[in-house]
Amino acid sequence: MDSSFLLVQFVSGLTMATLLFLVASGLTLIFGVGGVFNFAHGSFYMLGAYLAYTVVSLAHGNFWVAVLAAGLGAGVAGMIAEAAFLRRIYGRSEEGGFQILLTYSLILIIDDLVKLVWGTEYKSLSRPAGFTGSLVIGDVTLPSYNLAIVGVGLLVVVVAWWVLSRTRPGRIARATALDRETMGVLGVNVPLTMTLVFGIATALGGITGALAAPLRSVTPGAGIEVIIDSLIVVVLGGMGNFWGAWLAALLLGEVNAIAVATVPEWASLFSYLVMVVTLIFKPEGLFAPRQVRKV
Amino acid sequence: MEAASDKKALLFWGLFLVVFALVPISRNDYYLAMANRILVWGMFAVAFNMLFGVTGMLSFGQALFFGLGGYGVGLMVKYLGQAWFLAGLGAGVAAAAVVAYLLGYLVIRVSGVFFTILTLAFGQLAWQITFRWYRVTGGDDGIQGLVPTGILGDHIVYYYFCLILVACSVWFLKRLSASPQGLILRCVRQNPARVRFLGRRVRRNQRRIYVISSVFAALAGGLMAGVDNSIHTNMLNWTTSGEVILMSVLGGIHQFFGPFIGAAVIKVIEDVVGARTEYWSLIIGLVMMTMVLLFPRGLVGEWVSFKARMRSGGARKEGV
Amino acid sequence: MQPILELSGVVKAFGGLVVTDEVSFKVLPGEISAIIGPNGAGKTTLFNQITGALKPDRGSITFQGTDITGLDTQEIVARGMGRAFQITSIFPEETVLDNVRVACLSRAGHTRQPLKGLGAYKSSTEKAMALLTSLGLADQAHRLAFELAHGDQKLLDIGVALGLEPKLLLLDEPTAGMSPEERHLTRTLVQKLWKEFNLTLIFIEHDMDTVFGIAQVVRVLQQGRLLAEGTPDEIRANPEVVKAYLGEEL
Repeated sequence: MDSSFLLVQFVSGLTMATLLFLVASGLTLIFGVGGVFNFAHGSFYMLGAYLAYTVVSLAHGNFWVAVLAAGLGAGVAGMIAEAAFLRRIYGRSEEGGFQILLTYSLILIIDDLVKLVWGTEYKSLSRPAGFTGSLVIGDVTLPSYNLAIVGVGLLVVVVAWWVLSRTRPGRIARATALDRETMGVLGVNVPLTMTLVFGIATALGGITGALAAPLRSVTPGAGIEVIIDSLIVVVLGGMGNFWGAWLAALLLGEVNAIAVATVPEWASLFSYLVMVVTLIFKPEGLFAPRQVRKV
Repeated sequence: MEAASDKKALLFWGLFLVVFALVPISRNDYYLAMANRILVWGMFAVAFNMLFGVTGMLSFGQALFFGLGGYGVGLMVKYLGQAWFLAGLGAGVAAAAVVAYLLGYLVIRVSGVFFTILTLAFGQLAWQITFRWYRVTGGDDGIQGLVPTGILGDHIVYYYFCLILVACSVWFLKRLSASPQGLILRCVRQNPARVRFLGRRVRRNQRRIYVISSVFAALAGGLMAGVDNSIHTNMLNWTTSGEVILMSVLGGIHQFFGPFIGAAVIKVIEDVVGARTEYWSLIIGLVMMTMVLLFPRGLVGEWVSFKARMRSGGARKEGV
Repeated sequence: MQPILELSGVVKAFGGLVVTDEVSFKVLPGEISAIIGPNGAGKTTLFNQITGALKPDRGSITFQGTDITGLDTQEIVARGMGRAFQITSIFPEETVLDNVRVACLSRAGHTRQPLKGLGAYKSSTEKAMALLTSLGLADQAHRLAFELAHGDQKLLDIGVALGLEPKLLLLDEPTAGMSPEERHLTRTLVQKLWKEFNLTLIFIEHDMDTVFGIAQVVRVLQQGRLLAEGTPDEIRANPEVVKAYLGEEL
């Protein structure tokens, strides 16, 4: 095993980590800010992939336009879902369970709607112009599209950090996370904030689905695979913890890359393995946020 | 007051047993298989609801135990022969008890959502293993030809075997829910902080019901192996966990028999509608959404509160 | 006489904020005492440490001669301590009877019994009914707890604690949110329960009529420190207490 092989695997792991982080960040955002557990988050990822496929292959659109369209489409779908359905169960006793049940029903419904619109066959999407080749440094060959994804991921991290900590809406969103009721009293439009945050979260899912489409085939049922991977990321990172999710995604991405290179048959079990080991030794998650005590 | 409700319960039980006991008279294999499915899934749903509706723990991974029961039978028969059917049933149930006990320490955490996520993840892990370990489990092909030897090989005898086991199991769970242990479990759902101030350990009680519920899930899985004469990796898939959740929500999670009714309705719809459309998950998704948004008490729960409203003209009173 | 509860040098801080600051005192068996102090003085936090809901950073808490510092709530409760809450903490979807009965069953060690119905536990049931009678809730025994009026829910909360037959009972603002009339009734009732069940009773309270009406000993907390301790008359006459807290109220 030489160093160039390791570097290739590392970049492959980094690509997977970026995609994992992008999709998990939407999940953790809506949980951290809205206190909503969106089980159907993976379905918006899948929706994004299909939307991108349609824009590129049917409308002969530019790939990057398709990515934006996927984000927009998934975002709007998310906002509709929040305003039409989820909002109606906020504040109900045992809300947490009902959130899971309601978003579970969304998984089932979106899955079949996708089948109705796009059919059941696998779809594939080619890489965007300019990123079909590889970057060759010495004896190392790195696919340039993978590097592009890592770049986009970094961009999203920076933008998200800036929005959450430096802008008024971001600060409002974080405050809403602390206390829905008080912010309402202070004149923040909480329902609107919730809908928008939900839209941003699902848009992140949709964008990730579009970005991942050239690397994985687009299939119905992709939603559940993605949601389980991102749930593991979120559990490891600490629910609602943005940076914890980033580190956890990195860990899982690299572990997976190593597994794929060494024991490809069993690679899909390694995420679970990381989760089990973590649960045994550090049950609160690897990067759990400090507990806020209620006095 | 308590004597009257005892009489009512006895009557209900009598009726329940008589109706199901009479099914074989129809001499119709289709009805027999349908009734058998309702019985086994009904027990699975009632046991699941001891976790969810009673104790407030939404497990999305009971498929793991259902599958364990099924594969207990399947693997025993595959590797040791037909005569091992019953031993396999016992082995699956015992394995479920051990796995649930150990897993309980990992998945029972403070937050409700975490429990759901972790049970889902472990369920999918088990599914992946079964799916990929082709050499042992037969992977996606499943295992066929699971017919018990002796008189249990007869459809009707096997049906009565299931009926007796299900009746005993449901009876046990009914007693449990009406007992002091059941009361503590309901208290754990409503106010876990106060349960500690009763001198009781919340997680220990949660682990206890997790094991009990999982044992009955495994029994259901093992019995289904004999109903279908085969097992398949789908038993372990998350959709199986989703289905048992749907049954409970449809029937009513705060009614003991709600999930049983839910199971019966789902099994009938599955048969009637499933044959006509491939968009089955759209239908169950819509059913789930309707129940959650409009009828959170479930069919039985809404019926009970409707009756109570009729009787007392507006004043509300719910049975548990 | 040996104290039933003894705190010595108990310290608790959240981040930089010291909420319990070197608190030491002894409570004698059979005593009825009040803890008073302005909001944020650390009264409830002190209760949380005594009952094991929070672990003190330093110091020790001794209950009936054994060190209970750092023990879990369940273990402390099992040793004979009961508590009712400032924000009512009951089991809303159970009947009033079952709220108390679950405590009696827990006390009797029956809560693992999986087969017999609740009615089969006659002595626990009778005890629960007797308790409800003492609390004046017997006629509402078969209603669901969430249907009760606020004042009655507070009484039920006390009833759940009493079902455990505690030696020491902690009440966190038993009259909070009550009308003057209800307060008067509750005050009389608390005193009656204290005598009837031979309790040692500590209560946190803002209503001074209640405090000076029924407490034998009053302790004043201010910014986490024990400012004063004494009989109601001593506390009334204490210039520091009057200056810091009682000022305009007396």
